[in-house]
Amino acid sequence: MRPIDPKDVQARIDRLKGQDLYLHIEMTTGAYAAYYDETKHQASAFVKNGRIRFSRGSVAGWGPYRVGLKTDEGWVYAEGLTHYEDEETERLIMAGHDRDGKLVVALQLSPHPF
Amino acid sequence: MKKILVVLPHPDDEAFGAAGTLAMHIRQGARVTYACLTLGEMGRNMGFPPFANRVTLPQVRKAELEASCRAIGIQDLRLLGFHDKTLEFEDPDELAGRIGELLEEIRPDLVITFYPGYSVHPDHDACGAAVIRAVGRLPEAERPVVHCMAFSRGCEQALGEPDVVNDVRPYLEQKLGALHAHRSQFRYGTLPARGRLSESEFAEWLGRERFWTYRWPKSET
Repeated sequence: MRPIDPKDVQARIDRLKGQDLYLHIEMTTGAYAAYYDETKHQASAFVKNGRIRFSRGSVAGWGPYRVGLKTDEGWVYAEGLTHYEDEETERLIMAGHDRDGKLVVALQLSPHPF
Repeated sequence: MKKILVVLPHPDDEAFGAAGTLAMHIRQGARVTYACLTLGEMGRNMGFPPFANRVTLPQVRKAELEASCRAIGIQDLRLLGFHDKTLEFEDPDELAGRIGELLEEIRPDLVITFYPGYSVHPDHDACGAAVIRAVGRLPEAERPVVHCMAFSRGCEQALGEPDVVNDVRPYLEQKLGALHAHRSQFRYGTLPARGRLSESEFAEWLGRERFWTYRWPKSET
């Protein structure tokens, strides 16, 4: 994973526009957040292999970054993205890592199931 | 020959709580089968600095698990192919059925898992519950002893002191080998107790593994 280069990520988003894709989206505080700190509200959610086709997609912010994907009937949104996989050719793999390197948020698109 | 079946949900669950105990039993001639239910594919740690990602993590962790088993001496690793974080949503009978097949095949003298309800992570609790369900289906006389790990807050108030406390200091080499094998998940220097304990206290902390023998409720026996 490399720190997000917004220009490169934008180009990759544009290449995936208008295609039937698989989506992985996730956000998590970690399974031990409330165990280590009882004041923390532990929460997480993920969708693995949702189907999506978006008509417009953009990366925004100055880092950490936001990505929004506009679909025919709604939106997909993620905030806090810091890294992406620059060696991927077909897929777009993005994630947000905290200062300890732990994954907090992920947004991934692929023509094939994850 | 003593046969041990370990059933845990995530690669690395064996490392902290049971690696020394397993190494000890193996040294004494036991054969260990470790059924790991998932590949920990939803883990948040990707290495320090990150070298895995959400897509590569399952294969990275599979290789780490195999290395951990080699370090401990575990002879038989089974990957059951469930998905991280989803065990509590699987059909409980199906999950218990998969474990029941292993019980039938291996006929272990001892089963090691998490204590359902006292193990913090929902996968830990669901794994322990499935093991108890599977063992509970056996006639009482045929049930192996089940040793459970537990670490939820207040678990000692609820369960009492652990009745099995193994001094595994002679097996710290294997245990540290297992911990180091899970290199995407742990940094040795940042293990939870590392900062607040002295070097000798830390070895003491690492060198003691605690289990609660599962006590069957009266209605189930």
